Amino acid sequence: MRIGIDVGGTNTDAVLLDGRSVAASVKTPTTPDVTSGIVEVLRSIIDQSALETDAVQGVMIGTTHFTNAVIEAKPLMPTAAVRLGLPATRSLRPMVDWPARLREAVGNHAYLCHGGHEFDGRAISPLDAAELRAVAAELGERGVRSVAICSVFSPVNAELEQEAGAVFQEELPGVAVSLSHEIGRVGLLERENATIMNACLRDLAERIVDAFGSALAELTITAPVYLSQNDGTLMSVERARRYPVATFASGPTNSMRGAAFLSGVTECAVVDIGGTTSDVGMLVKGFPRESAVVAQVGGVRTNFRMPDVLSIGLGGGSLVRGEDALTVGRESVGYRLTREALVFGGQTLTATDIAVAAGLADVGDAAWVQGLDEGWVRDAHALIERTVAKAVDRMKTSAGDIPVVVVGGGSILLGSRLDGASELIRPEHSAVANAIGAAIAQIGGEVDRVFSMEGVSRDEVLAQAKAEATEQAVAAGGLADSVEIVEIDEVPLAYLPSNAVRVRVKAVGDLDLARVARVETQARG
Amino acid sequence: MPRELTIGDLHDLARGAALLGTGGGGDLYVGRLMVESAIADGGRVELLALEEVPDSGLIIPTAMMGAPTVLVEKIPSGDEAVRSLQTLERHLGRKAFATMPIECGGINSTMPLVVGARLGLPVVDADGMGRAFPELQMETFHVYGVSGTPMVITNEYGDSTIVNARDNAMMEWLARGVAVRMGGAAYIAEYSMDGETAKRVSIPGTLTLGIEIGRCLREARERHDDPFGALIEMLKRTPYSNGRILFEGKVTDVLRRTTDGFVRGNATLESSSGSVLGLEFQNEHLVARVDGEVRAIVPDLICVLEAETAESITTEQIRYGQRVKVMGISTPGIMRTPEALAVFGPAGFGLDEEWKPVETLGA
Repeated sequence: MRIGIDVGGTNTDAVLLDGRSVAASVKTPTTPDVTSGIVEVLRSIIDQSALETDAVQGVMIGTTHFTNAVIEAKPLMPTAAVRLGLPATRSLRPMVDWPARLREAVGNHAYLCHGGHEFDGRAISPLDAAELRAVAAELGERGVRSVAICSVFSPVNAELEQEAGAVFQEELPGVAVSLSHEIGRVGLLERENATIMNACLRDLAERIVDAFGSALAELTITAPVYLSQNDGTLMSVERARRYPVATFASGPTNSMRGAAFLSGVTECAVVDIGGTTSDVGMLVKGFPRESAVVAQVGGVRTNFRMPDVLSIGLGGGSLVRGEDALTVGRESVGYRLTREALVFGGQTLTATDIAVAAGLADVGDAAWVQGLDEGWVRDAHALIERTVAKAVDRMKTSAGDIPVVVVGGGSILLGSRLDGASELIRPEHSAVANAIGAAIAQIGGEVDRVFSMEGVSRDEVLAQAKAEATEQAVAAGGLADSVEIVEIDEVPLAYLPSNAVRVRVKAVGDLDLARVARVETQARG
Repeated sequence: MPRELTIGDLHDLARGAALLGTGGGGDLYVGRLMVESAIADGGRVELLALEEVPDSGLIIPTAMMGAPTVLVEKIPSGDEAVRSLQTLERHLGRKAFATMPIECGGINSTMPLVVGARLGLPVVDADGMGRAFPELQMETFHVYGVSGTPMVITNEYGDSTIVNARDNAMMEWLARGVAVRMGGAAYIAEYSMDGETAKRVSIPGTLTLGIEIGRCLREARERHDDPFGALIEMLKRTPYSNGRILFEGKVTDVLRRTTDGFVRGNATLESSSGSVLGLEFQNEHLVARVDGEVRAIVPDLICVLEAETAESITTEQIRYGQRVKVMGISTPGIMRTPEALAVFGPAGFGLDEEWKPVETLGA
């Protein structure tokens, strides 16, 4: 038995999975303290299913809390950005391209120090411990308790970040240290940005993780707790204290993974229709296809891997207009749907009303839409379908028809077929796809660094990278037999004659719940 | 009249120069931020039209050479190219009147702007590639007889090398080796020449062209207009007058390999009607064939653009499943003479095909 929880800005959802079947599901409003909302949702789950709490093997939580904290620039910890790379990199200071509001929210403490490596592992300059101690002293005076350390080419050689981290821990006991090589990829500014964001969320991470812990303790659930990450895999809750930034964008990933699970389809398009917008994404081998464009979070450029999602302005609350030409979706009544839509006795013609008039959905009172012209309703509904079909087509990678899985409250807008879809699948429990995605998330391992191809074959390099990624997945709790390589990406470093290639390999496997529970018990005992 | 560049111009330039990079030339993000920070420090970026340069004025072009993938990690100190120019001034015993790009495609469109802002020198609105190319001798400067040397290469410490070479191919060979020792990205001053020579051997107006392309795409998007149509119309008024969409489809295969410091490879695209476009690239796109027939070939521009937004996609970013439009754009006459084609036409890249102007190939 495992429990999946999705703590969103509006709702906290939970599901209980017994093997592959959904034993219970609950939706409740998110509470400001997080804890009481989780306690409430878990209590309902336990009541619904008469669950013995010691039968729970794992609790997986997806949350948008950390993303929202950055987007809203709200409770952020004063943070120092320490870059190692002088005399290189002086032309652009840390946070140079941040929105001023966010830069101020973290205190704008930026330091350039010596250190860093070349692409081939040679040192740019040695670490200067005295220089770092001087920075630490200043941070001590300013009351800065979190440090983000980013060294040039640390994905190639991480030593200097580790050494600098040790200096700060020695000088400022209890300081939170975030090291960039553990967080991002090649691309200094983007990796540094992600590291600073991670650093400024460290105290919030402690609070949220503690909130999760006390909620579970209150209900005497002792199973290990995991948080879902942006790539659809899990991290331990202890790791989440140190790497809160890894939870960014886990929301759309979980909803797509949940859709795959509920429908049993692993190669398909997923359409998540909400009240105002719809998100269309593609599942490849059961994982969301990643976006190739630069990911911005709160106006800051990062190199997080985000799912490739196309958002369109179409939802259950979308306004339908027919004065000049028929239009749908430029505006929406949003959460006011149940007051303003015709079928709910309101005055506004929405996409939901069209679905009801077309006989596709049974919500509200169909009597309110009986007066609509039949031909016009047909045209309006065709337009809704075309809008979705066009979005799916834009995301497809081949001309052939593919399965389309529809989830979300607005899924009633679609009929039984869609142009370009080989089948239209509307799974049960689709309203809690997000929590299900969290519950079923796998455990991953990844290698991402520069390899020299000098004197070794490409096959040898790839084999080494695959073995390392697999090892990492198993070490993180993956079931050895289930681990498979899901992604291999090679990027040669152009214009250099040394044949250096950046290789990224991702391995994922199912969580070995029995093993992690054992380790957990031993650790506690 | 010199024209002062604004921050808004820089955003447009970043978009336009990416297109002129024809798949290579490096990500402009770091370059744009460097110019912005030079302006924030009180510098001014002044563009000077080629004809405004006095015949006797000394022009020293500046650039980054090496791997853009290194530059995004090992960001410059900001002084490297400035020092290269100053070292070359001392070597020549003359002061520069202006600096100039060697390459208007990609990140090298911005490097001379940083130098100009830091030193208070105007930047000549012209270049020697008219796009992006991978090697230092692939320049109209070289084609029309200017020596690239003496050249200076500098790193972030201010270590520098003065290269003297018997010809520009030797300069490229020696400088490439030094750039690798300097960490794979280094900053150069080369092809110093007087204004009279520059007027004869340069492609005029290419920085402004980059800005105008970027502005055209931005404004079309803001109007919710077709950016491709707008771009084709805009190009008609420039020396790159013939822009056309060669193909629309999805990327179905990409193969990259790295040899001698270049990313070589090819990509296959399929249209909804089943026709196939094959692209060959060496950092930049070299040739586009539709169903086996050449539709565009170097030095004409082959640009792979995101199908909806017309955002440029580099040869490093191109990946399976992307929906793109591929454009062919004609180049100015100075890049199409027999002498020019011998250096950076098909033969310069080891391609067997003869060069034919993009506007005469297929429909």
